[in-house]
Amino acid sequence: MGSNGNTSSITINLNGNDVDVPAGINLVEAAAIHGTEVPHYCYHPQLSVAGNCRMCLVEMGNPMRDRGTGEPILDENGVQKIGWIPKPVIGCGTNVTPGMHIKTESSMVTDSREGIMEFLLVNHPLDCPICDQAGECRLQEFATDYGRGYSRYVERKNVKPKRTRLGPRVTLDDERCILCSRCIRFCQEVVDDDVLGFVDRGSFSTLTCFPGKELSNNYSLNTVDLCPVGALTSTDFRFKMRVWFLKESPGICTESSAGSNILVSSREGVIHRITPRRNDSVNDSWMADSGRELYKSVTNEKRLLTSSVESQKCDLSSAINSAVTFLQDKKLGIVGSCHSSLEEQYLLTKLAKTTKAKKFLRGHFGDDDGILVSADRTPNLRGTLVTGFSTKYPTDDLTEISEAIDKKSISTLLVVGEDLFNSGLTPDQLKGVSIIYIGTHENATSSRANVVLPSLTSFEKSGSFINRSFRLQKFKQAVPGPAGLLPDLHIIASFLNALDQEKEQTSDIVSIWKQLSKSSTNPLHKIKYTDIPQDGIQLDSTRWSDLDFVEKKAMHFSPRKLNKVTQN
Amino acid sequence: MIKKSTPKERRIILKHADDPNYSNKIDCYLKNGGYSVLKKAFAMKPEDIGEEVLKSGVRGRGGAGFPAGMKWKFLDRKSGKPIYLICNADESEPGTFKDRQIMYKDPHQLIEGMMIAAYAIQAKQSFIYIRAEFFEGARILERAIEEAKEKNLCGDNILGSSFCCDLVVHRGAGAYICGEETGLIESLEGKRPNPRIKPPYFPAVLGLYQCPTIVNNVETLCNVKHILEMGGDEFAKLGKPNNTGTRIWCVSGHVKKPGYYEFECGALTLGEMIYDVCGGLLPGRSLKAVIPGGSSSKILRADERFTGKLKDGTEFDWGIDDIPLDFDGPASAGSMSGSGGIIIMDDTVDMVEAMANINAFYAHESCGQCTPCREGSLWMRKITKRMCSGHAREEDADLLLSVANQIEGRTICAFGEAASWPTQSFIAKFRDEFELKAKNDHSKPTLQLI
Ligand SMILES: Cc1cc2nc3c(=O)[nH]c(=O)nc-3n(C[C@H](O)[C@H](O)[C@H](O)COP(=O)(O)O)c2cc1C
Ligand code: SF4
Ligand code: SF4
Ligand code: SF4
Ligand code: FES
Repeated sequence: MGSNGNTSSITINLNGNDVDVPAGINLVEAAAIHGTEVPHYCYHPQLSVAGNCRMCLVEMGNPMRDRGTGEPILDENGVQKIGWIPKPVIGCGTNVTPGMHIKTESSMVTDSREGIMEFLLVNHPLDCPICDQAGECRLQEFATDYGRGYSRYVERKNVKPKRTRLGPRVTLDDERCILCSRCIRFCQEVVDDDVLGFVDRGSFSTLTCFPGKELSNNYSLNTVDLCPVGALTSTDFRFKMRVWFLKESPGICTESSAGSNILVSSREGVIHRITPRRNDSVNDSWMADSGRELYKSVTNEKRLLTSSVESQKCDLSSAINSAVTFLQDKKLGIVGSCHSSLEEQYLLTKLAKTTKAKKFLRGHFGDDDGILVSADRTPNLRGTLVTGFSTKYPTDDLTEISEAIDKKSISTLLVVGEDLFNSGLTPDQLKGVSIIYIGTHENATSSRANVVLPSLTSFEKSGSFINRSFRLQKFKQAVPGPAGLLPDLHIIASFLNALDQEKEQTSDIVSIWKQLSKSSTNPLHKIKYTDIPQDGIQLDSTRWSDLDFVEKKAMHFSPRKLNKVTQN
Repeated sequence: MIKKSTPKERRIILKHADDPNYSNKIDCYLKNGGYSVLKKAFAMKPEDIGEEVLKSGVRGRGGAGFPAGMKWKFLDRKSGKPIYLICNADESEPGTFKDRQIMYKDPHQLIEGMMIAAYAIQAKQSFIYIRAEFFEGARILERAIEEAKEKNLCGDNILGSSFCCDLVVHRGAGAYICGEETGLIESLEGKRPNPRIKPPYFPAVLGLYQCPTIVNNVETLCNVKHILEMGGDEFAKLGKPNNTGTRIWCVSGHVKKPGYYEFECGALTLGEMIYDVCGGLLPGRSLKAVIPGGSSSKILRADERFTGKLKDGTEFDWGIDDIPLDFDGPASAGSMSGSGGIIIMDDTVDMVEAMANINAFYAHESCGQCTPCREGSLWMRKITKRMCSGHAREEDADLLLSVANQIEGRTICAFGEAASWPTQSFIAKFRDEFELKAKNDHSKPTLQLI
């Protein structure tokens, strides 16, 4: 489904009403636009059409024309007759054409759906009470709508393997599989890793991995999400939680600059799983397995939970106070972070201006998988450009700081999240330098810091990131942070308020955005935070077109300029 | 099987097949005028050959009876993609054993037909997809192709015409569904033979490797040679309008002389076939039913009357013996001539057992891709199997019919019909036997909670 405007619209007749739909879409989508659900299993908007479940059968007819002359054939009222096809057609595999008539509510359609539901259930196990899918199972849902309510099946059900390990993260219950082939198509078409297939035939068809292969690619868990039933389960999540207890919050994956849209599911403040959230401009309906693990860092043993000054635990406000004293050093350097939210980067830029500090930034890079894990392993490098924290592309170290130290132009460093010691600096170099550390987890820098200010992970705060395509995307707090901790925004705003008492700096995101969007030369001009839609806003990035971004061509992303590193 | 031509037979395709002095070697074929039509073809424009085939009215011999000339016209020539020709030699419809006669006994006839067809549609690569069980057939064909290549009758620059077409024999792996043309194409591409959805994957537009492809049956492709030899108009005089040429009928079951017989279309009736050609029923038996076109076609009851109007408007009122053996005859009687496999059943046949046999075949052969066929075919098999093991229930006949009705018209490929038509017709015609089974059975199945 492209953006509006560039697709032409045609008129079709849906259940007796003329309606406009975009040309070229299929009947499932066309009906959905007008609020009519065509039940389906195998169809997935982002995979090829398989047409195998036959759940989406509808009645279809086209305006009749004379075979010889091509003239419309009219009825007695002068209206063009409709040639109804005597058999139902699949809604997923049939595209709209002008004047097409569709019935999604008729005795033929109801009869088809009831028949398909009955067939799907005859060999299906009675596992609902112990099935992870229960509550989000399409088979359960449609069985309620189209099931007979009683069974005509008195034969023995087929027996198939109940617990097949397909790979390190995915377990298959073959009896529950309705053979829709979504998982197979996903691996072939999205991941280009042809590992799954059916063996045996007919009703004995069984999903399995090809000999010698396993479903171990970094996207394997998407098969669990797209499986319409409880056949594919996450080995990690299996039997752990009933889905109806979970609260879902929209987030953005911080694994890389791809910025996959996610849903963070939690119960009573504890995160239980991360699943992809559909965004057709970014990640379709997918995300990497590795990104789903990130929530585990929230409760990681290295998590910083208390503030300290000179290694002495203290409360947050006294830690902020002593930090402010350090920040008055005229030889201040600020190490920003590509992991920070846009709002945090903006306030940090402001702080650098107020304190006349030198700004430093490090990038984090890895292999680009050409899908949803990009070479830039931070969620918001572009934010540092848009907020003006940085004007150049960062390298993956902070050796620039050593030169500044050698020139004696730095004696205090405010570090957000980074570890100086794995960024090319040595303890010797930093001997005479005072360090203030803001971050979520312990590292060598926090251990060495004079002031440590623990902060919140992206699951515990709200904000926005700018992804590799310069798409501005919001994420929402999913769970409360550990007791006594405040978001980075609050900490930096406190610094600003202490250092410049004339202007009051707010830590409220909506108000920060009023400042952020003021400048007419900035792509954020006139954007209101509350107006940013859930699927983001594409920003104008022409100003940075000369930079050598490291990302490779990937899903919904094409680099304008090929990176020098990847060219060799 | 009898080798002698029976009265009234008109052997064109099988002209030499059973001649004791005839062999499947190329020298023998050449001696009998072989490959002269190919030479003639190269003197013609490819599209003119297509015209002759269109004029001949020849209908596909694989089962559906679609006019071959028309199919060739649908070929997407504008795409600029290579065009492929595939010979469907998967012959596995129960009751059908005609294609193998050609391939085993007269392989060069097929090769000549294919090279002519390939030239007509401008295919540079062609395939014979042969049923797995025809080991010997594959070997014979491979040797024949070698011979043809040595004589420059196949392969590069055929007969100096500058036309090139390679021919490859590809063996199936033992699945009936590989006979369905899009399943066949998938299999040829090295995949599981899951038939493709149509639209959009009509072979003539998006066939093998997503290129325009023509799939024709062995017998159909042999006919191409004879059409060109006689000319389309002359060929059309064989048989009847809309039912041109000859057909090879495969008669099996309870007759004295089962076998394959080639006749002009409509030259004889089903009764003449059974009683005159096949020597009638076994002593003391009477005719119970006939499946006229392979196991997929609807069964006909011996004591039925078939009435209605033919396409040309003439009314008919036939008994089973009066049904003309051509394309339209069995179709007018509510069945079809299908693959030409005529299965004769006498009064010793238990219809429920026959049904169970057919259902077992379809449940085993369903590719399993689409829900109705996958689950329905096995369900029907389980019901009839249970009925035959002393656990029939009164409601089984209705249930079988309902399951079959839930399959028909809702599947990806025509296998759905192939699997449901037998059940529908058996219940329609022999419901009494299904119900009697329940009455005679004393043990009832225990209901399983599901
Ligand atoms: C389930 C199924 C099995 C089939 N098996 C065969 C077969 O074994 N041989 C064959 O020639 N056609 C078979 N067909 C028909 C083919 O799909 C196709 O129509 C035919 O090969 C076209 O050739 P023709 O036009 O020359 O008849 C089968 C069709 C179906 C639906
Ligand atoms: S897949 Fe759905 S219908 Fe099947 S056992 Fe699980 S919840 Fe129940
Ligand atoms: S495992 Fe799930 S997604 Fe895969 S074929 Fe079976 S039902 Fe479909
Ligand atoms: S109708 Fe049967 S054989 Fe044909 S695609 Fe469907 S499951 Fe396969
Ligand atoms: S959704 Fe499965 S056939 Fe259309």
